[in-house]
Amino acid sequence: MDRRRFLAGLASGAAAAALPSTAASGPPVEPIRIGLTPVFLDDQAAFLNRWRNYLSARIGSPVVFVQRASYREISEQMHIRQLDIAWMCGYPYVMDHSRLHLLAVPLHLGRPAYHSYLITRDDIADIADIGDLAGKVFAFSDPNSFSGSLYPRFLLHQSGLSADTLFRRSFFTWSHRKVIEAVASGLADGGAVAGYVWETLSKLHPEITGRTRVVSRSPSYGFPPFVARADLDPALTDKVRAVFLGMRDDGAGMRLLETLNLDGFVPGTPEMYATIAVMANQVDLS
Amino acid sequence: MLLFRDLSFRHKIPLRAIVLVLLTAVVLTAANITREYDQLRSDLLDNAQSLGRVLAAALITPMLHDDLWRAYEVIRMPVETQTQSSLVAELLMVLDPQLRIYVSTDPRTHPVLAELDELGPVFARLADEISTLPPTVHGRALELSEAEDFFVAMPIVFDGVPLGTLLMAYPKSIFEPRFQAIVNRAALVTLLVLLVLLPISAYWGRRMADPLVQLADCMGKVGDTIPPESECRLYESRDEIGRAGTQLRQMLGALREKQALEQQVIASERLAAIGRITAGIAHEINNPLGGMLNAISTYKKHGQAELATTRTLPLLERGLLQIRDTVAALLVEAKVKSHPLTAQDIADLDTLLHPHVAHKRIQLVWEGELTRDVPLPSTQVRQILLNLLLNAVEAADSGTEVVCRTELLQEHLLVKVSNQGEPIPADRLTHLFEPFVGAKPEGHGLGLWVTYQLVTQLGGAIDVKSDASNGTIFSVRLPIGDQKE
Repeated sequence: MDRRRFLAGLASGAAAAALPSTAASGPPVEPIRIGLTPVFLDDQAAFLNRWRNYLSARIGSPVVFVQRASYREISEQMHIRQLDIAWMCGYPYVMDHSRLHLLAVPLHLGRPAYHSYLITRDDIADIADIGDLAGKVFAFSDPNSFSGSLYPRFLLHQSGLSADTLFRRSFFTWSHRKVIEAVASGLADGGAVAGYVWETLSKLHPEITGRTRVVSRSPSYGFPPFVARADLDPALTDKVRAVFLGMRDDGAGMRLLETLNLDGFVPGTPEMYATIAVMANQVDLS
Repeated sequence: MLLFRDLSFRHKIPLRAIVLVLLTAVVLTAANITREYDQLRSDLLDNAQSLGRVLAAALITPMLHDDLWRAYEVIRMPVETQTQSSLVAELLMVLDPQLRIYVSTDPRTHPVLAELDELGPVFARLADEISTLPPTVHGRALELSEAEDFFVAMPIVFDGVPLGTLLMAYPKSIFEPRFQAIVNRAALVTLLVLLVLLPISAYWGRRMADPLVQLADCMGKVGDTIPPESECRLYESRDEIGRAGTQLRQMLGALREKQALEQQVIASERLAAIGRITAGIAHEINNPLGGMLNAISTYKKHGQAELATTRTLPLLERGLLQIRDTVAALLVEAKVKSHPLTAQDIADLDTLLHPHVAHKRIQLVWEGELTRDVPLPSTQVRQILLNLLLNAVEAADSGTEVVCRTELLQEHLLVKVSNQGEPIPADRLTHLFEPFVGAKPEGHGLGLWVTYQLVTQLGGAIDVKSDASNGTIFSVRLPIGDQKE
């Protein structure tokens, strides 16, 4: 009895929060479904609630965040139109760019770009590049991540190596943050991780990143973008893009951006991801 | 240094009680800890087995998918969510079928793909043990004496195929806080028990030790002199100490009697020696004395009376007569013939004493009566009684009674003369019957000496007791029909 009433109250509260302008009456509005991948620190439920409420209010229709364990699941759900928008890595975006429209690109340290970091345990010395990790245990993030998988594989490819032959063992953690944790705990001797995530985590949890050491930083590549289905209503796409681009112009948006450790959003261009496409072709076709 | 064996029982008994309490506490605490250890160990193994079963089931999918990170997340869960009080594993690791580490919760020390038997002797022995484990779903506890942990090994089996082994390590020190708590509680309870028991045992100690202490004190007083009964307070009981006390009292009584007897023997021997010397001297004096007196007598009858001589001779005679009297008094002559003692003789004494008694306003009380004539020489007996009664009247305080009690037994005549007055000092008592010792400043001090000689010659005994409460009592015992006719 109590539980039921509690759940009912919770549902109505959530609905009221999701429908800020249309209030309680009128036909139900189809919510905008935004898929999230662990390209950022996605394990902050309270923050995600605040961000969702912000977006719902600004866009004028309810927003739902959808989190999945892997990048692939988010890409597939975009395919079958279960998601309208997704924050995904540049690598799956270029692989499927014909069906996706670039919506907004985050700015980190004032630029719409990030790096792939090669990290090792803090107690392992004389590691200068990925080749020095021969015979060690290596952690990738997601197979479809650029910085946590494609870029290190590209480096190996250029040296004529492969993960299976170079490392004693390699595994996926399916998340950048977990790569850092795996290296910090010693489960992996080295790993590849998005520089943006490493830098953000070093602000929130320096005791974790402190047990890792950044061996090398890649050149800059396009930051993981927000993309929309190509067949999404262009008016809605524009509206949502305007909300993202306007986040850095109001206080609430700024506070959210601060938590994300981002400076804002820019429209971006598909050309920013061209090098990723080239690298993907080289590695995947070999 | 004071040794325990030299301590008084007053302290020994409470100290022993403390030792007993402490010993009991230690034994009970040890038993408690042993029981608790068994209980905890069995709890630990139960916990470990149920946790192991859950984890082994959760590990099947990650291992089938070769998902190292998921496996790591699964085994890290119990370590990360540990609560303070529960029995928590210190280390968990998953071994692959080749006994290499698939994943462990402490990868820096136990890295991925390390061979178990290369991690040290403890793990090498564990590897031996695990390789012989049957692939059942039941875990097994592996307790190695050289290891600092308990180990529980749980096979990970999927569809009958062994995927690996989950190994959980629990530090043996996990029990220490509980043991510490038990010891603390036991110490507190022991302290409380001691607080209650100490006064009780101190009281008991006193109760038990006091009779012994009294006994020891009393025995300690025995030396040259035997302490009088009033100085030895002894514990009255039929227990061992009480019996020892009774025995001691009897021994002291016997000793006192013996001592008194010895003193009496010494006194009578001394008196006998004095008697012999006195008699010898008296005889030596008497012979020339008789001659001298005869000579004077002859001279008075037949001699020429000169002025100087008639003046000097009586002087000489009086002096010699005085010497004769004194010597006669010393040389008690008991061989005077006389008639047997009758009641009239006693009555005569009363008449004789009357002026002295009246003078001092003293009551002379006669107790007992001679119902028949007693075959004792009346002259000597009267002399004895007269001496004693005169002394008694002399010593008695004015207005008191002097009692003469006669008692005629089958073979003895008992006479007791008592008076209330200043008691005779103890040092005088021992020499009382010697000549020239007499109680009074006036008189020649031969009265008691004569009395003693008379009694002794009649084969009897005389005794004196004198103290402040009972006054002075002279007792004379004379045997009837024993004296020579």
